[in-house]
Amino acid sequence: MDLFEHQAKELFADYGIPVPRGIVAHNVEEVRAAAEQLTGRVVVKAQVKTGGRGKAGGVKVADGAADAVEKATAILGMDIKGHTVHKVLVEEASAIAEEYYFSFLLDRANRTFLAICSAAGGMDIEEVAHSTPEKVAKVPVSALTGIDRAKAREIAVAGGLPEKALDGAAELIEKLWCCFVDEDATLVEVNPMILSADGQVKALDGKVTLDDNASFRQQDHEALADKAAEDPLEAKAKEKDLNYVKLDGDVGIIGNGAGLVMSTLDVVAYAGEQFPGKPSPANFLDIGGGASAEVMAAGLEIILSDPDVKSIFVNVFGGITACDAVANGIVSAFKLLESRGEAVTHPLVVRLDGNNAQLGRQILADAALPRVELVDTMDDAAKRAAELAAVGA
Amino acid sequence: MAIWLTENSKIIVQGMTGGEGTKHTRRMLASGAKVVGGVNARKAGTVHEGLPVFGTVKEAMEQTGADVSVVFVPPAFTKDAVKEAIDAEMPLCVVITEGVPVHDSTEFWAYAVAKGNKTRIIGPNCPGIASPGASNAGIIPADITTAGRIGLVSKSGTLTYQLMYELRDFGFSTAVGIGGDPVIGTTHIDALQAFQEDPGTDAIVMIGEIGGDAEERAAAYIEQHVTKPVVAYVAGFTAPEGKTMGHAGAIVSGSAGTAQAKKEALEKVGVRVGKTPSETARLMREIMQSR
Repeated sequence: MDLFEHQAKELFADYGIPVPRGIVAHNVEEVRAAAEQLTGRVVVKAQVKTGGRGKAGGVKVADGAADAVEKATAILGMDIKGHTVHKVLVEEASAIAEEYYFSFLLDRANRTFLAICSAAGGMDIEEVAHSTPEKVAKVPVSALTGIDRAKAREIAVAGGLPEKALDGAAELIEKLWCCFVDEDATLVEVNPMILSADGQVKALDGKVTLDDNASFRQQDHEALADKAAEDPLEAKAKEKDLNYVKLDGDVGIIGNGAGLVMSTLDVVAYAGEQFPGKPSPANFLDIGGGASAEVMAAGLEIILSDPDVKSIFVNVFGGITACDAVANGIVSAFKLLESRGEAVTHPLVVRLDGNNAQLGRQILADAALPRVELVDTMDDAAKRAAELAAVGA
Repeated sequence: MAIWLTENSKIIVQGMTGGEGTKHTRRMLASGAKVVGGVNARKAGTVHEGLPVFGTVKEAMEQTGADVSVVFVPPAFTKDAVKEAIDAEMPLCVVITEGVPVHDSTEFWAYAVAKGNKTRIIGPNCPGIASPGASNAGIIPADITTAGRIGLVSKSGTLTYQLMYELRDFGFSTAVGIGGDPVIGTTHIDALQAFQEDPGTDAIVMIGEIGGDAEERAAAYIEQHVTKPVVAYVAGFTAPEGKTMGHAGAIVSGSAGTAQAKKEALEKVGVRVGKTPSETARLMREIMQSR
């Protein structure tokens, strides 16, 4: 889960990391109140979970409350890389002497943590890393030994930070490491980390990604989720413990196993290219290896409640749960839905492969479910599902 | 022949007495794998599924001569279970558990390295490893394929099964599901190296997914070290762009992690990449038939 800047900074503050005073505002009235409370020059910053806000015009300096309201009017509602700005952070302006870059993250390739530090911070760190990699220090950090003040200082030195910033930077880096570990983060990024005119090292921006797998021991993280931005179908699926992602096409997809479902999306998209309107997947839905009747019914229910869906493709490989059990699951799911008055009204293409595939197909054929077609291979089934979506079925 | 798991492998199950552990212990036994015991500190001394339950991995190894452990314990306890296997110098530890926090997997990996890499870790969040006709450590259905001379390494479980099933007439030496988590113990490259050295393997299927740059690194390895034919499949061409943010990831890998980038990297070194799982199976079929 990615956090908004203001959430990241609130988290940083909990760990004693210096951040500017700031107030979140959702409308111009709140912006005015915030600016009046902070007094003097303020910065109005769009709160969106994407980079490049500054370049997109989502960060503006304002002199006083009236100016802050004017700036916020332009920013609220703005679209930044597909993210609509629903709130801004109004922050006291900092007198910046120098800008640095710092982050801790997971280095997948080397299976360790990594500290990245550079004296050349600010907006164009990617460009700096690309054209002058020697200006960006990348220091592996062991999960076993971690970071103490001395190691933090070494990293700051490696990043080329000047002597006057070293003490402050080392303290910030050490605290940031505590935040990274204690919160089960996979990324904490401070860009820029500044040296202020009065010699303080502060986090002027913050990006944090938290590991969803750690939710069992990070109970307070749930409160950080952006419920408003959740797709209603995704929220509904989450309640039912389904692994569902809404996409913008019209072929509903149900499969077992994340890799197989991802692959199904690809195969349907390829197949769709040859039909008018180019039908494409309406969702990702992984019902897991088990593929029980209850889960199948819950999955079908979610997909049927998506108004964009015109056809449905059920793609199951029978491994641990053999195809006859999966077929019985589909039959039960239809009965379950029917009993709830939610009959399946869309054409449904089923491909069963793997253990007891013949038996599974026979069970479905015997059940003679309305609008269900059986296709033997994944490629042909994808083509048929796309075709049915194209004709509007 | 096979890699890492043979008919002589003796398997213990960490978390055998739990629901998943019980179910899959039965399945492994039914497939002919030599499961010799389980570990659960609170149930030491009891018998479960006809097998002895030991208090520690070390004790289980001493009593049974086990050289493989399969981990089914819940995510909150996985780190300690794997570290226990490392301390006992278990040669192979297969971690099936899904949902392990990445700080935990990064820590047990660092621990394995610090202890001299005496334990090969597969997973976490993986279906395990199967050498058809010889042994099976994990949850890969044993009955979808046959013994043969194709090696398979994959990030995905069900795609592994799909390819094993489509190529069942040729059969497999070993299929390794390495898992799709950001930090895993055994990589594509480890498996490629082992298959290259295995006299029982003639050709290799490699299945990748979007994210990270493991496939790009595997391509570089193949160019330098693998002479056996490799066919690949990458899932996720049409998956929407992830919600990753920040610059840090891109700075590290220098790669976008897209399926297209992975496909291009693999094709550049002569690996044939299938557009769908079935086409991938056809490409491998052609290679095996021309031998």
